[in-house]
Amino acid sequence: MKDKISSPASAGRREAIKAAAALSVVPLLGFPAVLRAQGDAIRLGHLTPRTGFLGQVGEYGFKGATLAVEEANARGGVLGRRIELIAEDSVNPQTAVNKAQKLIERDRVICLIGEISSASGLAIGEQAQRYKIPFFNTGCNSDALRGSNCKRYMFHIEGSNTMYTKTIGTWQLQKNLIKGARWAFLTADYAFGHDLYKVSSRFLEEHGGIILNNDFVPTNTADYSAYILKLRQLKPDFVYLNLAGVDQTTFLKQYREYNLPYELAGGVMDTAPFWAAGLENLSGHWQSLWYHGLTVPASRTFTERFVKKFGHPPENQAWGDYVGVRIVLQTVAETKSTEPRRLIEHLEKGAEFDLLKARKGRFRDWDHQLLQEMYVVKVKDKSRSKDKWDIFDLVETVPDAKGSLELIQPTQAENPCDMPAA
Amino acid sequence: MLLLEQIVNGLLVGSYYILLSLGLSLIFSLGGVVNLAHGAFYAVGAYLAWEIEKRAGFFGAMGLSPVGVALIGMLVERFALRRLYSKDPMLGLLFTFGLALTAEQALRIVWGSTGLPFAMPDALRGQLILGDFIYSYYRLFMLAVAALGVAGCWLLLNKTAFGMVVRAGTRDPEMVRALGINLRPTLTAVFALGVALAGLAGVLSAPLAGVQPAMGTEILTATFVVVVIGGLGSFWGVVLAGLLVGAVRGVTIYFYPPAAEASMYLLMILLLLLRPRGLMGERFEKFE
Repeated sequence: MKDKISSPASAGRREAIKAAAALSVVPLLGFPAVLRAQGDAIRLGHLTPRTGFLGQVGEYGFKGATLAVEEANARGGVLGRRIELIAEDSVNPQTAVNKAQKLIERDRVICLIGEISSASGLAIGEQAQRYKIPFFNTGCNSDALRGSNCKRYMFHIEGSNTMYTKTIGTWQLQKNLIKGARWAFLTADYAFGHDLYKVSSRFLEEHGGIILNNDFVPTNTADYSAYILKLRQLKPDFVYLNLAGVDQTTFLKQYREYNLPYELAGGVMDTAPFWAAGLENLSGHWQSLWYHGLTVPASRTFTERFVKKFGHPPENQAWGDYVGVRIVLQTVAETKSTEPRRLIEHLEKGAEFDLLKARKGRFRDWDHQLLQEMYVVKVKDKSRSKDKWDIFDLVETVPDAKGSLELIQPTQAENPCDMPAA
Repeated sequence: MLLLEQIVNGLLVGSYYILLSLGLSLIFSLGGVVNLAHGAFYAVGAYLAWEIEKRAGFFGAMGLSPVGVALIGMLVERFALRRLYSKDPMLGLLFTFGLALTAEQALRIVWGSTGLPFAMPDALRGQLILGDFIYSYYRLFMLAVAALGVAGCWLLLNKTAFGMVVRAGTRDPEMVRALGINLRPTLTAVFALGVALAGLAGVLSAPLAGVQPAMGTEILTATFVVVVIGGLGSFWGVVLAGLLVGAVRGVTIYFYPPAAEASMYLLMILLLLLRPRGLMGERFEKFE
């Protein structure tokens, strides 16, 4: 039985197995979505992961941008021209670069909006600078994008890791939770996580916190039990998560499975992964760039329109891309131009924008970070939750109405940005 | 102590790899089809479970969802895959690859791209604490189900007439045909059984890792690795490899977490260098 006779099909089978190995690791190629209009429309390029571990968050970004474009067209467009959104899936940095080039060269977009992965964001920033086309980052958190890798043509609507850390940190300091507390970290092993670990551990240590351990966790990890066993041995006061996307969901569910008593905190919070985990698996205080439970009237209107169109509330990423499109269109309207240099100059001069928050926002001229309020939120008591989307109570706005918006921003020393000329 | 705890925990984690890989291995052994849609069937199992769970509870979903997946598998085999057996194996490969892409996109269209919350059944919540060790009841349950699945498959393959045809068909399909046995219904049944195991793994992992469209793509590579480590077509090899991959991962996380996901690939490379057939792989005439 063990001696074999070579059959004619054997070479083919061997090839098939090789190809299987190759194909099974090919990342899925996204399907481009295009909302086309005719004539000399103003074209906006939208680029964000719609598949992969950030895909579920990216889908919200796409929906937010779509809604903003539709609303603008319903009002008659800008400068008498229709707005056209050309959207692509940037599943990884390499794809992001290719699609950014395609959007700029072939589709002739006036700017790029979107992205979530900081690794892809870095790559898109390079392209934006090279082609001199503005890129409005709506989802990349890494400080490096605003600091050592800052670009004249890159603007940041998304908060930086430092902003997220300082938002929850301001609250933790108020409650005297940091000094002497022992923290165990889990950190996503890519650009975003490393950057976030750097700023969050620095903040805690500066204020007297003790860092017991940090584990770098590969993205797309399906099983956290081994990490959770380590946490159990460490017996920290807090577990600090620097994870994103699906990884956040998976960890939250499995952390509850083991029912450990150590309170959770984290460097960032996106609502979609928390929704996916389900309210019963959530606990603790978190920080948010925007939440659909915000009572600001403009914010409620946005939420209502979004629910009407898509049948579910927007998450914070939908807000980012919605506001991003509106910022671009307002800038075009105010400068009466789609010329990149003029747009950038206008933004650098401190043009103000309605961010659906209590205070208006503007970009810092030296690092292009949008100055804005953030929020501390608390996981809702299940009995008071209206529906599965209703997972947080707003605790406070940071900075409060009296505080300067610079309070949660990295200082110039923390954020070394040497902006290249336009 | 913690290291030992990690190893034991790793064995628990390996259980759904075993279910997935066993199905993949079965389909490959008999049909010669490298089923790149295996992960998609796993995802479909989880999504069906999400729908059924709302009406029939978790255990209802655990029973019914794999049956649903098996039915879908039978349709796929009967109306598509069957036409490709006698053709270039590359066609089967491309077909299942296309099927996987289509399935993922379909899940996204029907259920949205956001992950769906899937709660753990109340009956299985809680932890068993033995001294320094902690086990979640749910994972123990998962291990039990996987063990039953493995035992059931073993009995089916080794103690029934159906199993005899399958085993004979794996070794020498021409001879089986010459004996007047029609392998076609057997192929359909094996494909259905294989994807049902994937569906079952999907149901079991839903409360742990959540339900989201890309879940199948993510697990597929690991499944292949387990099958390759175990040895193509080897029943116990796959079981052993599933456990080994889980344990090695636990140990890696103990010493050097960033390599956690890479550990199984390293294991595969090392093993293939030392033993190209995999742990318990036999030489297969039709593949060599």
